[in-house]
Amino acid sequence: MTGTEETMPVLRAQNLGIQFGGLKAVDSFNLEIGESELVGLIGPNGAGKTTVFNLITGVYKPTEGSFYLNGQSMNGKKTHQIVEAGIARTFQNIRLFKKMTVIDNVKAAMSAKLSYNLFHAVFRTPSYWKQEEELTKRAEELLQIVHLNGKEDYEAGNLPYGEQRRLEIARALATDMKLLLLDEPAAGMNPTETEELLEIINYIRDEFKISVLLIEHDMSLVMKICERISVLDFGTTIASGTPEEIANHPKVIEAYLGKDDEEVEKDA
Amino acid sequence: MTFSLFFQSLINGLNQGAIYALIALGYTMVYGIIRMINFAHGDFIMIGAYTLFYTIPMMIHAGMPAWISVFLAVVICAAVGVLVEVIAYKPVRRAGSMSALITALAMSLFLENLAMVLFGAKPHNVQKIFDLPSVNVLGVALPLNVILTIGIGVVMMAGLQIFIKSTKIGKAMRAVPQDRDASILAGINVNKVITMTFAIGSALAAVAALMYCAKYPRVTNDMGSMMGLKAFIAAVLGGIGVIPGAMLGGILVGLIEIYVKLFAPGWYEAITYAILIMILLVKPSGILGKNVGEKV
Amino acid sequence: MEKRFKVSYFLNFLGVLAVFFLFVLLFENNAFGRSTQYIKGISTTACYTIIMVASLNLVVGCMGEFSLGHAGFVSVGAYASAIVSNGLTGKGLPDIALFLVALLAGGIAAGLTGVLVGIPALRLRGDYLAIVTIAFAEIIRVLFCNLSITGGGKTMSGIIKLSNFYWSFWIMVVCITVMYMYVRSRFGRTVKAIREDYIAASASGINVTYYKVLTFTVAAFFAGIGGGVYAHYMTAMIPTNFNFMYSAELLSEVIIGGIGSITGSIIGAAFLSSLPEMMRQFSQYRMLAYSVVLVLVMIFKPGGIFGAWEFSLIRVCERLTGRKGGWEKNRKKTEGGV
Repeated sequence: MTGTEETMPVLRAQNLGIQFGGLKAVDSFNLEIGESELVGLIGPNGAGKTTVFNLITGVYKPTEGSFYLNGQSMNGKKTHQIVEAGIARTFQNIRLFKKMTVIDNVKAAMSAKLSYNLFHAVFRTPSYWKQEEELTKRAEELLQIVHLNGKEDYEAGNLPYGEQRRLEIARALATDMKLLLLDEPAAGMNPTETEELLEIINYIRDEFKISVLLIEHDMSLVMKICERISVLDFGTTIASGTPEEIANHPKVIEAYLGKDDEEVEKDA
Repeated sequence: MTFSLFFQSLINGLNQGAIYALIALGYTMVYGIIRMINFAHGDFIMIGAYTLFYTIPMMIHAGMPAWISVFLAVVICAAVGVLVEVIAYKPVRRAGSMSALITALAMSLFLENLAMVLFGAKPHNVQKIFDLPSVNVLGVALPLNVILTIGIGVVMMAGLQIFIKSTKIGKAMRAVPQDRDASILAGINVNKVITMTFAIGSALAAVAALMYCAKYPRVTNDMGSMMGLKAFIAAVLGGIGVIPGAMLGGILVGLIEIYVKLFAPGWYEAITYAILIMILLVKPSGILGKNVGEKV
Repeated sequence: MEKRFKVSYFLNFLGVLAVFFLFVLLFENNAFGRSTQYIKGISTTACYTIIMVASLNLVVGCMGEFSLGHAGFVSVGAYASAIVSNGLTGKGLPDIALFLVALLAGGIAAGLTGVLVGIPALRLRGDYLAIVTIAFAEIIRVLFCNLSITGGGKTMSGIIKLSNFYWSFWIMVVCITVMYMYVRSRFGRTVKAIREDYIAASASGINVTYYKVLTFTVAAFFAGIGGGVYAHYMTAMIPTNFNFMYSAELLSEVIIGGIGSITGSIIGAAFLSSLPEMMRQFSQYRMLAYSVVLVLVMIFKPGGIFGAWEFSLIRVCERLTGRKGGWEKNRKKTEGGV
């Protein structure tokens, strides 16, 4: 209840890695995220960022290393167990329950929290009605946070792209997570939408005291919102630090932009 | 178990296995190209068998050698296969594998019941085309029919393998399942390739019918579905989509069935199905198949 | 919102009661003359077919997967209930209690089978799952052919005819109601999410395996009850009654009626099960016609004739009384969720 609690990071990844055959997709990934911290994970395409997400949500089993959520080891746990423990994510390619309504998408993620069992469902007991009402209320609140209130009964697949991304966030929030993983949430958004997204992320971080790990290609968003950044290239972490440090880091520049002109001439 | 019993069962198993292998080849070809399990494939054999029932006496009556009726059966089966594809499968090809599966099931039911309506539920007996003698090997009567069946199976498989690997159409057949849109862009007429695949697969079914009737001349309208299912198991066991896999799977299933029948005659079918379940749970890509994961 | 649902449940109950009394009226007054008993029999057939088809629709419509081995669960229910009723007969139980106990036993036996089959089988999806269900159903059939208690491959006869129409009707109503409540609750919602995207469902904290097996088991349970009603109507059966063809027939009825629509299952099953009886002379064309209809449905209306549409008595009443949007006006859609 004192020192150790405060210093225990929400997420601790230790030498986490995965090897597919001969290819090491992620190599010795180390990261610590504290409470309410917003950390960015950047790198060129194919660097392994989504693979890191897949590792810490149990989609892939790491072939080396381990990771802990609030001190508890999560290695080998199944995805839904990790989500129950407190890590939620969005997907790079948006995976919504397209044919279900907006509000049902959010409600579906609250399944683990609900406690009414088959008996209550079949006989429609007062307990059933009460819990369903709470569910609806909570879902509506979450939709309001992501500015989707009023669209509860729309079919999720009919929403415009930006709203679909926000719905995915609402759905992730519904799991009551301690760590939220956002995979390119601003992809395909225009500047106005990106601003709105920024507000939403800041709001949920302050309001729910959750930690956020963000994969993004939109550098302006990353620089503005992240407190720390880790940079991946070919599966390895090539730099890590504050936004200013990263922006001027030679290895980062090389990874994104390629070698300097002089270097290229030397090789020619 | 005496040696002669063992050897006899071996021969029976190989014979049965070769028949399954021929049928499995058709399944595996279609699945390899359009990723669809053609439930109706077994029923093409039934069609082939009924065709033989009518054409063999017709040929003999016309004074022609009996084996020409096989060509007739091949042509008719191929035609039916193409017809089924064009009428029923093509319209639902893009609709998803659920629709494709149900449509295949529906076609299977349709063919079986059509046959029942046309030919009646009574079994028919197909005349033997060739009556090869039995050779005495190691004290066991070895029917040369069996050797012929196995031989034809091997030839078919080898021929198919060469066809797929070397000819232009064969290459197209390998390209389509990899990336359909890219195939179209590369100038491949995807529809034609798929239709041709069905034609070849169904033609193989006709040959399988011939081999089957050589051993079991009884033809009924539901002979196709159970055999088809077992042959499908063979295809999956060997590796669905892989041509040598069909051969391997077919022989294995045939052998296992015959040997299990020796020890537990009431249960041998259950063993075959249990094998299927095992394989699908442990290595769904089959013995010779390759695993393809899903991108998250 | 709760109020509207309770009104709707009450209305539906009244509707069912009205239908029941209609049947009672028709049958007790011999409205069909000499064919009354015959039509009563067909109606009983429709009742148990409806239970079987609706239970399969849980798997196909709600979970979005195929089971081509549903007849296997039906047979487990049929044989288990027959064995229990044979064993308990003459022990002084009133008939209705005997019937209910036997049915429950059939349902539970089928449910257990559902768990045993579901746990390995549901690791697969799509085509492979369909094939595996056929395999399991065949294994069940072979099992029943080899056990002496189920007749050892020959007909098991002498089952007490407990399935009269009136009991079967209410048993069907109860079964349908329970299945409906299951679908329109967090269970149905969770399973539909799994159907939409199992990876996203997993990432939303849903234990995919658990809910899949649970739904499969519930479906098997009701299939077993349907089988029990079947057994006590036919009074005799043989394992080959429950072969692949029967599974295919049930699946066809689900699809033609409407994938995901309980209304569709009811109407489809009622219609398609009574049709062969009424068209006895055309019986050999029945499956032929089925298959043609199936292909046509697949090409032109892949979701089935009713699709996922459900008949709603309360919606009809609202339209008639002009209350648009119902008693609570802030909901746009009336489907989905609770």
